[in-house]
Amino acid sequence: MAKKFSVLAKETLAPGINRIVVSAPLIAEKAQPGQFVILRVNERGERFPLTLVDWNPNEGTIVLIFQEVGVSTRKLGKLEVGDYIEDIVGPLGNPTDVEKYGEVAVIGGGVGTALIYPWVRALKEAGNRIVTILGARNVGLLLLEDKLRSISDELYISTDDGTKGVKGFTSDVLKSLLEQGRKFDLVMAAGPVPMMRAVAEVTRPYKIKTVVSLNPIMVDGTGMCGGCRVTVGGETKFACVDGPEFDAHQVDFRELMNRLRTYSEEETLARSTVS
Amino acid sequence: MPKLPVDKRIKCFSEVALGYTEDQAVAEANRCLQCKIPRCVEGCPVGIDIPAFIKYIRQGEYNKALEKIREKNSLPAICGRVCPQENQCMGKCVLGLKGDPVNIGGLERFVADHEDKARKRKPENVQPTGKKVAVVGSGPAGLTVAAELAKMGHEVTIFEALHAPGGVLMYGIPEFRLPKKIVNEEVEYVKSLGVKVETNVIVGKVIKLDDLFEQGFDAVFIGSGAGLPRFLGVPGENLVGIYSANEFLIRVNLMKAYRFPEYDTPIKVGEKVIVIGGGNVAMDSARSALRLGGDVTVVYRRTEEYMPARRDEVINAKEEGIKFVFLATPVRFIGDEKGWVKEVECVKMKLGEPDASGRRRPIPIENSEFTLKADTVIVAIGQKPNPLPVRGEDKVKVTSHGTIVANPETGETDMPGVFAAGDIVTGNATVISAMGGGKRAAQAIHRYLMSKA
Repeated sequence: MAKKFSVLAKETLAPGINRIVVSAPLIAEKAQPGQFVILRVNERGERFPLTLVDWNPNEGTIVLIFQEVGVSTRKLGKLEVGDYIEDIVGPLGNPTDVEKYGEVAVIGGGVGTALIYPWVRALKEAGNRIVTILGARNVGLLLLEDKLRSISDELYISTDDGTKGVKGFTSDVLKSLLEQGRKFDLVMAAGPVPMMRAVAEVTRPYKIKTVVSLNPIMVDGTGMCGGCRVTVGGETKFACVDGPEFDAHQVDFRELMNRLRTYSEEETLARSTVS
Repeated sequence: MPKLPVDKRIKCFSEVALGYTEDQAVAEANRCLQCKIPRCVEGCPVGIDIPAFIKYIRQGEYNKALEKIREKNSLPAICGRVCPQENQCMGKCVLGLKGDPVNIGGLERFVADHEDKARKRKPENVQPTGKKVAVVGSGPAGLTVAAELAKMGHEVTIFEALHAPGGVLMYGIPEFRLPKKIVNEEVEYVKSLGVKVETNVIVGKVIKLDDLFEQGFDAVFIGSGAGLPRFLGVPGENLVGIYSANEFLIRVNLMKAYRFPEYDTPIKVGEKVIVIGGGNVAMDSARSALRLGGDVTVVYRRTEEYMPARRDEVINAKEEGIKFVFLATPVRFIGDEKGWVKEVECVKMKLGEPDASGRRRPIPIENSEFTLKADTVIVAIGQKPNPLPVRGEDKVKVTSHGTIVANPETGETDMPGVFAAGDIVTGNATVISAMGGGKRAAQAIHRYLMSKA
C-alpha cells in the first residue's frame, strides 16, 4: 500500500477551480457514488472532506474537483503533478441509493456540480431519464457542462448574472419546469446551502422526494467527534456516517448554515497564511 | 514529583509533572521494602515485577530495570504517566497503610524516559513463525497485542483509521499529561520489533474481516476502542460552540489547534467555558480550554468523591483555577439569534440509592433550575464503543451497548481467528486495562496460531 498519494494530473477548469487525478488504489477499488474522502495536504494541514467525482479501479486513481476557497484548498491548489498529498482516507459516507426511479432532476450549483457527476452517471446507468440543471455565478465558473450534457437527457443552465442560460438560480429553472407541468420522481441537489434549501422549498409543495448532499464541517469523518452533526427530522445525525445524503424536506438548513460559520474569522486568518 | 509552576503551565501545553532526577528516583526506590510477597504486583493489571525493577534502579542499572518492565509492558513511558496507580499498584503498596506508598508510576516513567533511544531494541533470537496477524486499531490494546505477538515471532500489521497511530494516546490525552513525543517513541519501539503500521485504513468500511483473511492473515485482533461521543440529548445541543469532548480534544491534540494558525485546524474557545462531566476526559477538556484562554467551570451530576477522574488530575485542575459545580446537570442549552450558545440551563441533583456501579444515583430536584453563562460547552459524559470493524459481520456478536462479545480471558469472539479486547469489549475504561486485555489476547492468539501449525 502506497504511503503517500501522488498527484498524477492537474487541470484548471475555471478560475480557482481545479481537477486533480490522484493515485489511491484502495480508495479507487472501493468507491461508490455519493462517497467522499478526507484529506490532509501536509504535516500541518487540517483534515477536510472532498467528494469523489470519479475513480478508476484498474489504474488505481481517483478524481477530485475543488475550489480554492480556504487555506486547505489553496494548499491543495498549489500542488503540481508529481507532488504528494500527505493523507487521504476513504471512501467515507454512505453510497447514494441508486435505483430506477423514472424521471430524475439532478441539480448542481457552483463546485457542487462536480458532486452531481457520479450521481448522473449512476442514475443514468440504472435506467433513469435525467434532467440536469447546472448553475454558477457566471459563465466562466460553469463546470463539466460537456461531460454532463453527454450523459443527461436534457440539460439546463442558469447563471446569477445571466451570462449563460437563464438569469437566476437553479431553483428558478426547476420551479418553471414544475410550473410547466413537468413531473419528477426524484430530485437530487448539491451545492451551497442556500441553493439546496431553495430547491427543497420548490419541491416541497409538489411532494417530490428530494435528496441533498450536506456539507458540514468535518474533522475525522468516521463518526468519532460529531462535529458534522445535523438535525434531520428533529433528530441529530452525523453527516459523515449517517449521510452525507439526506431527505431535503427534513433538514434544518438554518442550523447547518450557522454551524458552517463557526470558524469564519479563523478561516480568514488561516487563508492569509497561503499566498 | 516536581511539577511545572501553575502560573507557567496554564499558558502552555508543556508537561506538568516533570519526572524524577536520578537522585530523586534512587531515593524513592530506596523506600521500597522489597516485600517477599509483593502486593503491588497483584495490583498491576499486567503483573510487572515491581520490586525487581525497583531494585535495579537502586543499583543504577536503569537499562536492566527497563528490560524487567518490558517483559510485561511494552509502553512504560505511557503507563508510568497515565495509569490510575492510586487504584492499582500503589493502592496495594504496604507503605501506603501508614504513609505514602512508593511512587511506582513515577519510577516506571523515570526508567522509560532514561532509556538510551539509540540502543538497538529489537530482541534477538526471535524465530519467525511464518504466521501473519492483522491488528485493527493502534490504541493501547492494539499496540500491546502487536508488540507481544512480534516478540513471539509473528508478522504483525496494524491498521489505523486516523493519520497517526496511538488512538486515545494521540488524539485524547493532552500534551500536558502525555507528550506526543513520548507516544511516538513508544510507537517507534513497537515498530522496532518488526510491526508494520498502515494509517488511513478503515477496517469495516474499506476492508472487511474476510478481506483480511483473504490477504493471508491467519488471525485478526480488534482493538477499535470506545471512540464514539455521547451527547446529553437535551434541547439546543447542536448550537454553535457546543463540542463533544472528542471533537475538542481531537482538534487540540491530534490536529494541534492550540498552535493555530501555525497549524491549519482552528478551535474556538470563548470567555466562559462549561465542561459537562467528571471523568479524565472532562478534566483534560477543561484544562485544555483553560490553556486556550477560557474561564472554565466543570459541571458534574454527582459529588466530588464520586468523580471518576484521577485524583492527581482533579488536584491539578483545581490548582490551575478550574471551578466546579457539583450535583447539577444540563436540561437545555440556550442560544442567541445567530445560533451560538449563550447559556446552559441546569437542574440541581441529590444523591439517591447506589446504582449498579455502586455509586449513588443522582436524582433531579424539582424546580431547582438555574443558568450558567457559556460561550463554549464541552460535553464529556463518556464515549460509546466503536464497532465499525465488525459492522455488517454476522459472525462476530455485538451487544446492544455496541461492545463486542469476547471471552475476557482470551479475547476470543464467535468468529474463529478473530479476537478483541480493550474498550471495544469492556466499554470505556483505562489505558492499562486495555493493555491487560491485549496482553491476554496476545497469548491466546499465539496459542491459536501455533495449534493451527
